[in-house]
Amino acid sequence: MVAEGTGTGQVSSVMGDYALACAQFSWSTAGDWLDGLPQGGRNIAYEAVDRHVIHGRGDHVAFRFVASDGLDVAWTYAELAERTSRFAEVLRELGVGPGDLVCGLSGRIPDLYVALLGTLKARSVFSPLFSAFGPEPIRQRMGIGHARVLVTTPALYRKKVHGLRAELPDLEHVLLIGPGSAELVGAERIGPGVVPLAELWATTTGAFEIEPTDPEEPALIHFTSGTTGTPKGAVHVHDAVVAHHATARYVLDLRDDDIFWCTADPGWVTGTSYGVIAPLTCGVTCVVDELEFDARRWYRLLEQEHVTVWYTAPTALRMLMRAGSAPHEGCDLSALRHVASVGEPLNPEVVHWGLQEIDRPIRDTWWQTETGAIMVANYHGTEVRPGSMGRPVPGIEAAVVARDPQGEVLRGPDGGPIPLDEPDALGELALRRPWPSLMRSYIGAPERYATAFLGDWYLSGDLVRRDADGWFWFVGRGDDVIKSAGHLIGPFEVESALLEHPAVAEAGVIGVPDPIVGEVVKAFVALKPGFEPSDALHRELIGFGRSRLGNAVAPRDITFQQDLPKTRSGKIMRRLLRARELGLPEGDLSTLEVPS
Amino acid sequence: MNPTSARETVLELIGEIAPEVDMGSVPDDEDLRDAVDLDSLDFLTLVERVHEVTGVDVPENDYDQVRTLNGWAAYLAAHAS
Repeated sequence: MVAEGTGTGQVSSVMGDYALACAQFSWSTAGDWLDGLPQGGRNIAYEAVDRHVIHGRGDHVAFRFVASDGLDVAWTYAELAERTSRFAEVLRELGVGPGDLVCGLSGRIPDLYVALLGTLKARSVFSPLFSAFGPEPIRQRMGIGHARVLVTTPALYRKKVHGLRAELPDLEHVLLIGPGSAELVGAERIGPGVVPLAELWATTTGAFEIEPTDPEEPALIHFTSGTTGTPKGAVHVHDAVVAHHATARYVLDLRDDDIFWCTADPGWVTGTSYGVIAPLTCGVTCVVDELEFDARRWYRLLEQEHVTVWYTAPTALRMLMRAGSAPHEGCDLSALRHVASVGEPLNPEVVHWGLQEIDRPIRDTWWQTETGAIMVANYHGTEVRPGSMGRPVPGIEAAVVARDPQGEVLRGPDGGPIPLDEPDALGELALRRPWPSLMRSYIGAPERYATAFLGDWYLSGDLVRRDADGWFWFVGRGDDVIKSAGHLIGPFEVESALLEHPAVAEAGVIGVPDPIVGEVVKAFVALKPGFEPSDALHRELIGFGRSRLGNAVAPRDITFQQDLPKTRSGKIMRRLLRARELGLPEGDLSTLEVPS
Repeated sequence: MNPTSARETVLELIGEIAPEVDMGSVPDDEDLRDAVDLDSLDFLTLVERVHEVTGVDVPENDYDQVRTLNGWAAYLAAHAS
């Protein structure tokens, strides 16, 4: 156990006593912490931006963008309100309406944030795409969502999207932002419906009244990966903001004058929910670093921006650990009050490193794309148990439920799962519905949505234990999904891409442990007749994967293997590939196909 | 090691990590992470491979000197024996 040691000696927290907060909490009360639309209903963008202007905090800085060229940009809440209104006007002008899908694909540049919040103002639906995705993941996600609008940069459009246009018939408008977009104003179009945002800006007024918004209206679609099939688009509604706000207060401990830095990219759910929405609802200043990871620069940024609350990820923390003490020598981190982590289990070594090197405990949090907000956490001002996910957030009931040997959750007499109440029992983490940020559907896949629940419980797919005091401990994924640098990667998606190469007959994809990013993607490939393993083919397949999938998803390692283990029904046994790769027990082989 | 051979070595190692990149098109002065889509893990792999091949270990504090192809060439020319 780790005693409280915040460096400032401060132990008070927004939440106060955990048990008391749990006893007193209700989601309807948490809803009252926000304003609701004067016109009726609830809209995320109103809670995040406009209401602060109405409350007289329009001059407070909402975003500080730290840019590569040193030309940092700071926007107040009033400026952000105006810009997001202009974006909503642009959508209306284009005939893009409530429910229509707008995707964002860019690095962390200011106009991406405008597009996200402006889309929500217009009651359209926003879906972030990671800018390191290759064309294939982009095509799949935009296709599943029937995206009508894409907001991206000229470089990303040319490189990754232009070649897909024939396969994306629903995509009518591409709005260009960022480097090189202003130069295209008034110039010849670089593709059908491709317009620099700045060109449409000219006719907007900056006054846009958000229409009454049903709290149950879709607002965001976050794509995530499963073991099989195409990516799943988890649909979240405007009411999710109640959970974003409550967890920002209770878990991130955000107060009005905090300076908050969430290092996650807004191409993923964390960067959207906790890099944009949740902190803005608290009226804080959000720091956005437009550049990639660099240990020395990161420490300097913490110092120079006087960051008080920092939400980052185990992969980043392990890279800082690897960098040693030199990069933060002489850095004054005294402003830093609270450090939290998310994305994958935080190993105890990192917690101990935090105490030693930066004199702060690092508090792990757990949640998923589907849950929409933090569900289990270590809280500011409370004891940290290194390696533990923490305890359920107030308002959330979590259980460890029984699984059969095949990994299926067992059904109890009431049709729901069977909770395992004895301490340290191994089972699947389940959460009792409803709560405001729980996904409302997987777009276009009602049957997959149904299998995510048993009775009143959402099944997380994560294996956990709960100790006698109620702390949860992550044990592993209950399926074949790979977790790399905090991102879920579906093995099927990677295998499907590899199979499109003419030399590949079969592919099995697994995650292998990596000291920095948790797991890296590794592929086992069986070749078609007429192809022989070679260094040249190896290189070609690595490159093929990267150009199709992007470096965030593509395999880092490929091994040629002609006899991939398969079930009698012909399915590649990834579990066995992984066990053999890692020298683990091979487990139940009763379904293994016996070569004849 | 002269800058020309250092440059060739680095290009070859980038080619191992990101074979999809046309080596003739790698710009001299652009951050490689943007120019050829190397992410943080790719970059660390490149640093490790350079160490294996040339014996030059780049400490974390020097990373911003090796963000570009020209940066690598100059760094290796100065540090390789």
